[in-house]
Parts: sequence; structure tokens; C-alpha cells
Amino acid sequence: MFENLDPVLLARIQFAFTVSFHILFPAFTIGLASWLAVLEWRWLKTGNPVYAETYRLWVKIFAVTFGMGVVSGVVMSFQFGTNWSVFSDRVGNVLGPLLGYEVLTAFFLEASFLGVMLFGWNRVSPKMHFGATLIVAVGTLISAFWILSANSWMQTPQGFVAGEDGLLYPTNWLAVIFNPSFPYRFAHMVTAAYLTTAFVAAGVGGYYLARDRHVPHARVMLGMAMIMAICVAPLQLLVGDLHGLNTLKHQPAKVAAMEGLWETRSGAPLVLFGWPDQEAETTRYALEIPKLSSLILTHELDGEVKGLKAWPREERPPVASVFWSFRIMVGIGTLMILTGLVGLVLFLKKRLFDTRWFQYWCMAMAPAGFIAVLAGWFVTEIGRQPYIVFNVMRTAEAVSPLNGAPIAMSLAAFVLTYGFVFGAGSYYIVKLIRKGPHTEEETYGSHGVKVPPLVTGLVAEKGGRNV
Amino acid sequence: MFSFESFLDLPLIWFGLIGTAIFLYVLLDGFDLGVGILFPFAPSDQCRDRMMNSIAPFWDGNETWLVLGGGGLFAAFPLAYAILMPALYIPVIIMLLGLIFRGVAFEFRFKAHGRSRRIWDYAFHFGSLVATLMQGMILGAFVQGVKVTGRSFAGGAFDWLNAYSVMTGVALVFGYALLGATWLVMKTDQGTQEWARRSASYVLGYVGLFLGIVSLSMPMMNADVRALWFSVPNLYYLLPVPLVTAALFVFIWRDLHRGEEYRPFLMSLGVFLMGYIGLGISLWPWLVPFEVTFRQAAAVPASQSLLLVGTVFLLPLVLAYTGFCYYLFRGKASHESAY
Repeated sequence: MFENLDPVLLARIQFAFTVSFHILFPAFTIGLASWLAVLEWRWLKTGNPVYAETYRLWVKIFAVTFGMGVVSGVVMSFQFGTNWSVFSDRVGNVLGPLLGYEVLTAFFLEASFLGVMLFGWNRVSPKMHFGATLIVAVGTLISAFWILSANSWMQTPQGFVAGEDGLLYPTNWLAVIFNPSFPYRFAHMVTAAYLTTAFVAAGVGGYYLARDRHVPHARVMLGMAMIMAICVAPLQLLVGDLHGLNTLKHQPAKVAAMEGLWETRSGAPLVLFGWPDQEAETTRYALEIPKLSSLILTHELDGEVKGLKAWPREERPPVASVFWSFRIMVGIGTLMILTGLVGLVLFLKKRLFDTRWFQYWCMAMAPAGFIAVLAGWFVTEIGRQPYIVFNVMRTAEAVSPLNGAPIAMSLAAFVLTYGFVFGAGSYYIVKLIRKGPHTEEETYGSHGVKVPPLVTGLVAEKGGRNV
Repeated sequence: MFSFESFLDLPLIWFGLIGTAIFLYVLLDGFDLGVGILFPFAPSDQCRDRMMNSIAPFWDGNETWLVLGGGGLFAAFPLAYAILMPALYIPVIIMLLGLIFRGVAFEFRFKAHGRSRRIWDYAFHFGSLVATLMQGMILGAFVQGVKVTGRSFAGGAFDWLNAYSVMTGVALVFGYALLGATWLVMKTDQGTQEWARRSASYVLGYVGLFLGIVSLSMPMMNADVRALWFSVPNLYYLLPVPLVTAALFVFIWRDLHRGEEYRPFLMSLGVFLMGYIGLGISLWPWLVPFEVTFRQAAAVPASQSLLLVGTVFLLPLVLAYTGFCYYLFRGKASHESAY
């Protein structure tokens, strides 16, 4: 029954599914790890127990999220080989060391010190515990560095030569690692991760405030989140704009798809909304602002912008999904900036923490970052099609020599497993949030003891210091 | 492009490094997968909590060695990675799914109560069991060889599945159970330790039996391997491998009955080391058995050099802080939820 399935399409769907699921967790944990470090630093600095209690609530959420990130990440490290073995063989010389460095510099660091962060409260000094949190936070950033370098190289490859055997050989490592789109993509993604976390924190803070529960903790969450929204959301607009200009330089077809432009012309309009029709080579029902696209992309009213018709049909990415994903991402980014502005106004009026509708608004915005991150990745990944390594290797040539059946079956298994496991994970995270931070002296688990029992003996030795 | 090719045998170094990473994975994740395999047989829920706590701070780091094994293979021997992964597609995917279920169980179990907690108990057990079975079957399929044409896998989706690979799968389940049981002897006390001791003695016999079958079957299946082990003078040089293994079994048996706490675990690691050495001797120098050697599969010197520079500094560092974590969480585990 599976004989007629296209392995390339199935392998793409499977990769898109597993990587989209996976990216949700790093998008959250990169920001959360840094935020936890800030919370613990504030606690060490001020001695205010609210910071420590907030930390302990979020570190539990961090643990659940990180666990899911690890198991879905292990899958990714095998997907290159199982589904894209021809790609692995041909680019292994170039990309292999980058991924190797990610494991060596980041994964071990995160995994080992996460243990200290979660279970080490009574085994190390508070300062050392803070050190562990900081190391985990830095580890997440190092991991982002390598994986985004690898991804960016696939978008803007350089520093290699193609051999006669079809394999790629590295010639300049610095050019490979610091390829043209990497700095922009790295900045854009890390900022996105920080915003994602900030809006989750704002949503939870808003939820507690709306119910008059854990008010001191909720103020920390919402307050810190608003600082991020006010400062970082506009910065993200700037970074995103620079990233877009970089894409225009290196992958102009992607930008044309993002803009829904088919004709090459000067003074190109900005298509606000519309329905790109790949067959008819036009964007239907377009609502346009004259000349704005040229202004944004070339910083001149009459600058020339290349349209999709400048490329032959088989060189064009699927336009509609890129076009719409881009609008979703930009729309959410705009809402984030607005939220920051409203937050600032409310803060100046001293109404930030008791404006009910704003609390509900923040709750509604809690998942916004995740959607924007996914939409952004859809833009960049679908926008570089039909290539897996831009202008070097087509996606269709990269797939493993398998027929459709095993790929289809494993895809079904992944969908079922991820649905079940990550559904349960979300349920437990919601449960943790419902329960809220412990304001009384911390008890561990449901057993009501006051010290982490793993180490009962050791604590007694040290006079029962309980952080 | 800089390269150490002129004075270092890079493929050999990387063959050793990847071999070490995979071996460390087998040892480290072996004992925590083993704990999962033994999980439902424990006498009480309190006992199970204790088992879980004894590995909770470590499992994540242990599993990272698998990522290093997979990622390292991609980095240093991309051709082997590109042939083996499609060849072992189904067992690799099933193994990953098993690892997902057991990995999330660590976090979810302590947050669930009553019946939903049972779900994660079983997720942990069956996830561990299935992942182990698949790893054993991957080993069985690997030693039987893989069909290759040109630079890619040329066999069918189910080439890996046969009676022999099922046998090696079951063998590894018992092997990891031994590691898990002796780990628990070391990390727990009272009733849990008593039970772990009995479990260890019970699985020890099966481990011996299966190790014997696998060791004898490999020379029987392949003439080259037979010639390697049973020709004079090789036989005399290689004789220490089975002899030391046999001695380890005797010592483990004796120490389990004498009430030793650390030695059974350390000597079980020794049994795995001997098995791994034996395997390495049989398969040298194949990376994709009987088709591609590690030299043929090697990435270009520039790539292997780049990664080697970092590895020389980073791997000792990784080992140091991994060791630090094991030291930090030394002592006996309790049954209470840990954080």
C-alpha cells in the first residue's frame, strides 16, 4: 500500500515534523536558562526569598521542558543519517565537525550541570549552584551557536569546493562557520528565544495576578517579562530587518516569495495580504501599499526588486506557505512590540500590575513566541527550496535510498509518540503552574519532608542548611 | 587548510575515539537502561522510587554519549554513517522512540499520582526494554554485515531482522540488567539492595550463557574471524580475553554472595570491556563489516583535524566534570522525590 508514496516528500514531512517539535523546546529553554540565572543572581544579591521561590517553580518547568528537548534532540542527530544519508555522505566533511563541536562543547555541559542545578541544592554552596545555572545557560547558547552555524551554512554555503566525486571538501573553516547569514540568524533566533520565554513568563504572571494568587512572584514574572518586551521586541524588529536584507543579498528568491512579488520592477509595492497562486504566477486579491517594498528592501522609493518570474519555475520555492508564514511571524512580532508599549504606559501610570484586561492579554500572548518561531523557521526553510544546500544540492537528491514504506510507518510512529508524550508534558507543566510557587518553606515532593531526602544524612552533617 | 595528516594517523585516532564514545555509552546508559529493565520486578513502589533516584542525576549525561557516538560517526566517518543509518533504519527509529518514553518518564513520574504514575512506570520499563533490545539487534545485524553498492546501502528494510539479531537483542537485555542490578547493589541499601543482589546473581548466569553463544557464533559465521582466533600463534595471544572474562564471572558471583557493594558493578563493567575488546578484535578493521574499512570511511584530513583540536581539550574536560557529577551524587539513593 505504500509503494506509490514519494520517499522525498515523506522524508521531508518527517524531518519537518520532528524538527518543528524539537525547536519548540530549545526556543523556550534558551531563554528560560538565562532567566533562571538572572533570578538566582537577584536572589543571591538581595536575599529576597521571592526570587528563590520563583526560581524553584520555573526550574521544575525547565526540567520537564529540557527532558523533552533532550529526547527529541537525540532523534534529530540520527535523522540526518536515517532519512538524508546521501546528504550526510556528501556534506559530512563540512558539517560533521560543526555538529561534533555542538555535542562536545554544549550537550555534555548542559546535561551534566543540569543534574547539579536540579538535584544539587544541598550538595553544593549557593554560589556554586548559581555557577551551575550559569553554565547551563551558556551551554544552551553554545549549542545554538553551532547548530545555527550549520543551518546557516546550508543557506549560504561557502568555504568549500565540490570534488569530482560529488563530495564537498572544506577549504576555509572560518568561512564555513562564519558564513554570511550566520550572524544574523544567530542573533535573530536567540532574541526570539528570549522573547518566547518572556511572553510565557508574562502569561503566567498575568494568570496569577488575575486570580490574586502568588502576587509578589507574579510581579517579578510580569515585570521582568515587560522589561524584555519593551527593550528586546523592538530590537528584534531591527535584527529581523537586517536578516531580511542579508537574505535579499544571498537568497533573493526567498525574499520575493516572502513579499509575494512575481514581476521584477522598480518601486515595488508591499503586499500586505493576498493569495499567492503558484500556477498562475500571480498574487490574487492583493492588498498593496505602493512603493513600500522597494523602500524596505532597497531603502529607496524607486529601487528595483526582483520578482519570482526572474527564476525558472523549478527554481522557485512554494510561495504561499512562505508568504503566509512570514506574515504570521511579523504580525506576532508587532503584537509583542505593542504589548511592550502598553506595558510601559501602564507602568508609568502605576497600573501595570492591576490592569485586569492587560493580564488577560498577556495570558493570550503566552504561546505567541512559539508560533512566531515556527513561522519564522517555515519562512527560511521552505524559502530555500528546492535546495537542501542552497544552489549546491537539491533536496530531492539528498534522500536515503529507501522506499516510502519505512519512512511512512516511522512518521506515523513519531506523530503518535510525540502527540502522547508531549501532550502529557504540557499537561504536567500546566499542573505545575496551577500549583504555583511554594511560599512556605520548601517541601520536597509529596512526602512533606523539608530536606531533599537523597542527601538527608549529608544535610544533618552540615547542620541542615536548606536553600 | 591545516591538517595533522603528515604526522598523525587521523583515521586510526578517530576510530579509537568513536569506539571509546560508543563503549562509554554502552557502559553508562547500560546501567540506567538496566535499571529500567528491572523496574517492574522490584518488590515495592518505595523500592522503585529509590531506583529512579539513583539514576536521575545521571541519565541525561549518559545519553549524551549516544549523541556523541552518532554525531561523531557523522563527523569523522560520514560514509559509514550514511550507509549504516539507512541499513538500520527501523531498529534505530524504534530505539529512539523507546528512549523518548523512558527519558520523559524521569520527569513525569514524580509529577503524576495514582494511576497515571503507573503509565510512566511502564513507559520507563518498556522504553528501556525496547531501546535495549533494539541496540542488541543493531549489534547482531552489524556483525553479520551490511549490503553495500557504491557509496550506499543496497539491502532491504528488514535485512536486520533474523534469529541471530533477536538472540543478540535478548543477550543485551540480560547484559544491561546485570549492569543495572549491580549498580543498584552499589547505590541502594536494605531491602532494595538485597533484591538487587538476588537479581544480579540470577541474570549473571544468562549473561554468561549468551556471551558464550555470541563469542562462539562469530567465528562460526565468518571464516576470516575463525582464522583470526583459532590459528596458532594468535590463539595464545588472544586466549587472555576469554580467560579474564571467565575469571570476572567467578569473582562477581563470589562478591555478590559475600556482600561486596562496589566490586560487582566494577567487574560487570569489566565483563563488558572484555566483550567489547573481543568484538573489536573480530571486526578489525571494518567500520561497515566486511564492506568498508575505517580508512575508507574517514572524512578528509582537514575535517578530522579540525574536530581533533577541540576534542583533545574538550573530551578530558567532559570526563572531568562527568566524574565530578558522579562524585557529587555519591552515596546511597533514597526513595523520596528529589527536588
